[in-house]
Amino acid sequence: MTTSSSERGVGLGMPQLPAPDYPDDVRARLEADAREIIGRYPDSRSALLPMLHLVQSEEGHVTRTGMRFCADMLELTTAEVAAVATFYTMYRRRPSGDYQVGVCTNTLCAVMGGDAIFAALQEHLGVGNDETTPDGKVTLEHIECNAACDFAPVVMVNWEFFDNQTPESAKRLVDDLRAGRRVDPTRGAPLCTFKETARMLAGFPDERDGAVDATGGAGPASLVGLRLAKGDTAAARVVHPRDGGPQDEPRDAAPHEPSPAEHLSSHDAPQETSASDPDHPSPASESDGPVDEEGQ
Amino acid sequence: MTLAPENGTPRPSGFEGGSDSPEKLLVPVLSAFWDEEKSWTLDVYRRHEGYEGLRKALAMSPDDLIAYVKDSGLRGRGGAGFPTGMKWQFIPQGDGKPHYLVVNADESEPGTCKDIPLLFANPHSLIEGIVIACYAIRSSHAFIYLRGEVVPVLRRLHSAVREAYAAGYLGKNILGSGLDLELTVHAGAGAYICGEETALLDSLEGRRGQPRLRPPFPAVAGLYACPTVVNNVESIASVPAILNRGKEWFRSMGSEKSPGFTLYSLSGHVASPGQYEAPLGITLRQLLDMSGGMRPGHRLKFWTPGGSSTPMFTEEHLDVPLDYEGVGAAGSMLGTKALQCFDETTCVVRAVTRWTEFYAHESCGKCTPCREGTYWLVQLLRDIEAGKGAMADLDKLADIADNINGKSFCALGDGAASPIFSSLKYFRAEYEEHITGRGCPFDPATSTAWADKPAEVNA
Repeated sequence: MTTSSSERGVGLGMPQLPAPDYPDDVRARLEADAREIIGRYPDSRSALLPMLHLVQSEEGHVTRTGMRFCADMLELTTAEVAAVATFYTMYRRRPSGDYQVGVCTNTLCAVMGGDAIFAALQEHLGVGNDETTPDGKVTLEHIECNAACDFAPVVMVNWEFFDNQTPESAKRLVDDLRAGRRVDPTRGAPLCTFKETARMLAGFPDERDGAVDATGGAGPASLVGLRLAKGDTAAARVVHPRDGGPQDEPRDAAPHEPSPAEHLSSHDAPQETSASDPDHPSPASESDGPVDEEGQ
Repeated sequence: MTLAPENGTPRPSGFEGGSDSPEKLLVPVLSAFWDEEKSWTLDVYRRHEGYEGLRKALAMSPDDLIAYVKDSGLRGRGGAGFPTGMKWQFIPQGDGKPHYLVVNADESEPGTCKDIPLLFANPHSLIEGIVIACYAIRSSHAFIYLRGEVVPVLRRLHSAVREAYAAGYLGKNILGSGLDLELTVHAGAGAYICGEETALLDSLEGRRGQPRLRPPFPAVAGLYACPTVVNNVESIASVPAILNRGKEWFRSMGSEKSPGFTLYSLSGHVASPGQYEAPLGITLRQLLDMSGGMRPGHRLKFWTPGGSSTPMFTEEHLDVPLDYEGVGAAGSMLGTKALQCFDETTCVVRAVTRWTEFYAHESCGKCTPCREGTYWLVQLLRDIEAGKGAMADLDKLADIADNINGKSFCALGDGAASPIFSSLKYFRAEYEEHITGRGCPFDPATSTAWADKPAEVNA
């Protein structure tokens, strides 16, 4: 976020100069949008998250200029704005590609193949996590659970759903994106750029013809229960095995070698640890479990 | 390896007739017309008695309406299961302050995938529920806090809200009742913690999403320090059907303490992952039996009843009734009814490590036990998974989890402790195997969705 003092030729630890302002025409346009956003809320500060999406739609990431603009409009300090902008993962802090390709590597998608997809894309694109291809088209990221576990493994491009992916389909997808071919998600509208997506997140509806209707209704997985309830039979009537099923077949498979896709770096972890205090054992087996919160 | 059905096995069944056919066991309500063309539009919604519940609600007094929802027994569908009507009743009336309804659409709990398809296919059920709830609690401004990472859903919500305004279901003097209501769709920016209701309120106020210490509860001092109801999407979307078809109809499903219908989300190594709307109390065995079971040739190893924050279950829990009491009595929580099923190819240490990395990443940093504890859990688990752990690490894991559980403002830390406790309880031997064998005995390639069909995928 900051330019180091040495890059400016000053080694004195001087405070950073205020960010430059937007050009007048840009500022005027953004101010009109910002006022519309602020008007949606009883308290202006509530507009901060959408306004950060708005400035991201202007420059592709949240710049110091963008944060200063938000601060000006909402009568906050730039420090207050920066504190919020750096808390949320959807705000980018440096320039990135037109298409953000996010591979879900939370447990369920990872196990179902998300790890393999992420590794394949890293190799195919020659970039690591949160890095952008040299042509500026694709930024690769691993993302957390995106509420589509019944379509696992899931890839998101500019936050549109690409369900039931494989390494091959994901490689084709990024090839198409880089070649400028039209790409349609499995659920969502034809892709627009990251900046255009950010504008929708700021609360300005997608006005493209057919965007709302694109890809139709619920996805196939969303409908399986409904179809069964209507009397359609399940595709494969395999009754769940209870006894005598395969138990430990894969256990003698080769040991799991961590791939580059996986989170490594345990260098800062303790190698040997002492036992817990025997007078205060953990009630691991007695836990009643937590009380979960609404929506968590 | 497919096994023959065991027809003679007696099964607990909470349903009249005891039939196990899907037609009997499932009750599509919210999902009833998801398969229709343009199911997300106002026209289709109205063809299915949409906004009829609202008319009935507006004919009642707000207090009677609150009592009606309370009598229906509807409980929160976002995880905690708190009675929805009671939440509404807690709002002080005649206090001269604005009241707010905030819908929690920040669905981010790993495994949870019900609100997003609901909003994608049937957003008007939520909007109708919002109008009813706001009439009850005397609110004239409601918010939908939608997680930002689901643009297709945002698009349909924008469109549905616009339709509802144009049709007079939102705005001034709704259906001639004198009720005025503004509805704002607010997109989040990527933070699991904002699914926690007080963090969500801070976020909606334009701050870092960090939980607040309670009391005061949101019902007294919520959004802008005003009385606020925070409800999950599915809770609110269930209200119109209750009004339209009656609380007795609602109570005819499920159990005394857990009445009604709900969305169960089946995912993982199952033959037919997806959404199954059923009365509360159905079992995983019933859901698997009707939907084709686990993927062919595999066997259920462990599963979560309601997302990664709910202690995991194993095969022995297949017949646990999936309602609030049943799951609680079996040592877990109904949570969000996110039934993530993993088969015998899955390494439980790998699964728990990944969940723990998630909690460490998403810990907001406000409370020390959670911020520091999740960090150290990750370090230990990564070592164990990589074959560099020591036996003493297992006690240390449990000890750290114990030092997180119940020691922080919100339930994120408790959620982080759940997979640790429950996996150590059921799979301690597998942890030990990683330590004594100096590595993971599993091959992750066998767990993938394409593992059993190599001809189709050539990675």
